[in-house]
Amino acid sequence: MKQLLKLSVASLLVVGALSVQASTLGDVQAKGYVSCGVSKGLAGFSSADSSGTWTGVDVDVCRAVAAATLGDAQKVKFVPLTAKERFTALQSGEIDMLSRNTTWTITRDASLGLNFAGVNYYDGQGFMVKSSLGVSSAMELSGAAVCIQAGTTTELNLADWGKANGIEYNSVVSDTNAQTLTNYDAGRCDVLTTDASGLYSMRAAASDPSEHVVLPEIISKEPLGPVVRQGDDQWFNIVRWSLNAMITAEELGVTSATVDDVSNNPERERLMGRSGSTHEYVGLTPDWTYQIVKQVGNYSESFERNIGINTPIGIARGVNALWTDGGILYSPPFR
Amino acid sequence: MYMKKIILDSLGKSQHRGLNFRDMLYNNEARAFFFQIVTFVLVVGLFYTAIGNLFQNIDERGINTGFTFLKNRAGFDILPFLGNYVVNYTPESSNFSVFYVGLVNTLVVAFVGIILSTLIGLLIGIARLSNNYLVAKLAGGYIELFRNVPILLQILFWYNLFINLFPHPKQSFAFFDIMFLNQRGLYLPKPIPEDGFMLVTISLLLGITASYFVKKHYKKKHELTGIHTSTWPFSIALILGLPIIVFLILGSPLQFDIAVLGKFNLRGGMNVVPEFLALTFALSVYTATYIAEAIRSGIEAVDKGQKEAAAAIGLTPTQSLKLIILPQALRVAIPPTINQYLNLTKNSSLATAIGYPELMSAFGGTVLNQVGQAVEILAMAMLVYLVISLFISLLLNYVNNKMAIQGR
Repeated sequence: MKQLLKLSVASLLVVGALSVQASTLGDVQAKGYVSCGVSKGLAGFSSADSSGTWTGVDVDVCRAVAAATLGDAQKVKFVPLTAKERFTALQSGEIDMLSRNTTWTITRDASLGLNFAGVNYYDGQGFMVKSSLGVSSAMELSGAAVCIQAGTTTELNLADWGKANGIEYNSVVSDTNAQTLTNYDAGRCDVLTTDASGLYSMRAAASDPSEHVVLPEIISKEPLGPVVRQGDDQWFNIVRWSLNAMITAEELGVTSATVDDVSNNPERERLMGRSGSTHEYVGLTPDWTYQIVKQVGNYSESFERNIGINTPIGIARGVNALWTDGGILYSPPFR
Repeated sequence: MYMKKIILDSLGKSQHRGLNFRDMLYNNEARAFFFQIVTFVLVVGLFYTAIGNLFQNIDERGINTGFTFLKNRAGFDILPFLGNYVVNYTPESSNFSVFYVGLVNTLVVAFVGIILSTLIGLLIGIARLSNNYLVAKLAGGYIELFRNVPILLQILFWYNLFINLFPHPKQSFAFFDIMFLNQRGLYLPKPIPEDGFMLVTISLLLGITASYFVKKHYKKKHELTGIHTSTWPFSIALILGLPIIVFLILGSPLQFDIAVLGKFNLRGGMNVVPEFLALTFALSVYTATYIAEAIRSGIEAVDKGQKEAAAAIGLTPTQSLKLIILPQALRVAIPPTINQYLNLTKNSSLATAIGYPELMSAFGGTVLNQVGQAVEILAMAMLVYLVISLFISLLLNYVNNKMAIQGR
């Protein structure tokens, strides 16, 4: 009985203690790594190789935050999540940030207790079919079975688009990317729909990419970006400006190779923390942006390394080019 | 009553000895009572604090609460199956309709799964005890194989086997050009009732009721006179014959919609999706192993003398099994079998792995992700499973009481 009493009191204390929340930055620095939710394997965005090393543009955002806060881009614990698990994992504090090709919508931003810290890839929903079907436009898809991943904006867009264009379809829903792809490969469905970036990534991973066609229609806006919990503005600023630092570095022509020599250019010096005190506003050391660019690279380096035209994924910059190059990628100034 | 007695007892003692805490302290009953109160208060306090904390945290993080999301438009499509037809679901329906769709799909799997697993379990359980060496060993092998592989793995296995094994819709296996089987499921003719079909349904119900009374009548006669009359010809005539005659008189008020090949898929007909087939099959095959073991233990619990006595009075092995062994064996077998029915129902939530739109997949998965209110949605889902399970166990406890040895 005494044991039981002790246990009850102890659990009371534990439950009481849970409501006290430290700052995420303090947490991260105390435990020595950033816990980052990523996709369960989407080539070019986040995937782990045979030795367990994660790469991808989503992964690079996690690494940038680790470089900024801990000075080491390797100090990230990657937590692979399904689309359905991702928000709960972030809300519950299991992860510090989510960088998992997640679309920014008002519902998610305003009602889930989460904040989107920016956009690291401007995407849109597309369709992929097998070349053997001889389909060249999504408008010909009436009557088809469509494979789709559960718990995504894709599901909502598809329903809207089908209604607006009078196209009837059967949706075949799976929990994971892998099962969606298996279903499509086996022929459980005729069409695979997800963000166009995901389609290119899946097509690149297919045994013969030429057997699949990505149809020209893009039926939605899908701005993908990192997400943090609401209520910790310091952490929100760190994630947002780590991403902005990568974009600004590209704009100013600072790469991981040239980052050590930025003298005689006030803008570059300001970005690299040589002048001004912006680092104090986010609560980090002056070299935080230097570490990001040195260890992870600027936005262009990350893009070309993971999904660029010279990789198997082969995505052109398109709308993801800098605003100065005809795209819509734009970072507010470091000043 | 019990507590009152304790308090009165301790008061009673203190009355003639004076109010003495030492007496209270050394009174075993008073001590037990005191500690029960303390534990009760602690447990309630623990839950109260935990729930209060939960809502405080949710509030601090700015997550929406409440059940208004149930009225909102769902906006997504669900794999077309029974739930969709029953609820008449479209993306314009509310989130609450998704709940209904999921509920219907869960109940269908549970219902079909329970019937199938009972049939397979009964068969295998009896075969396990067969005198035929091969039959007994095959049944034993079946049980060992399917009982020892995790159920989630089995579901994934059957599903992926199904969609890879069967042909593309363009090369479907056709049965008399009305039924088709391909990797997108089984396509059956879809019955479309016309005016007057209601009368056929009514005559079917009448036939069932009538055959029940016929059976009751002859059973009474059997008990009174000892004359046995087979009732199955009457049952067939009443249950099948009556509706068929009514059906023909009304001029066949039923049409069938048969699936035809469209550009991508078979269109029309009634599509039994592979997700349902794989899930129900996997759950039935798995649960049947436990039911078979329950049946076997029930049969083995029946005294050997019963079987010998049955043989001695000239009953055939089938009669002895049906009339003597099984009624006694079922008494032992029913309680563990009830457990398996509950397990099957709860295991149906594993369907989320293959995307069969049951409660946990459609409502606890998709709606949860679109709305993000985990506490409300999961609480609703938990409540449903609780109610279904309690209902099944209530029903079967009733059957169990009926089957139990009556007090003599």
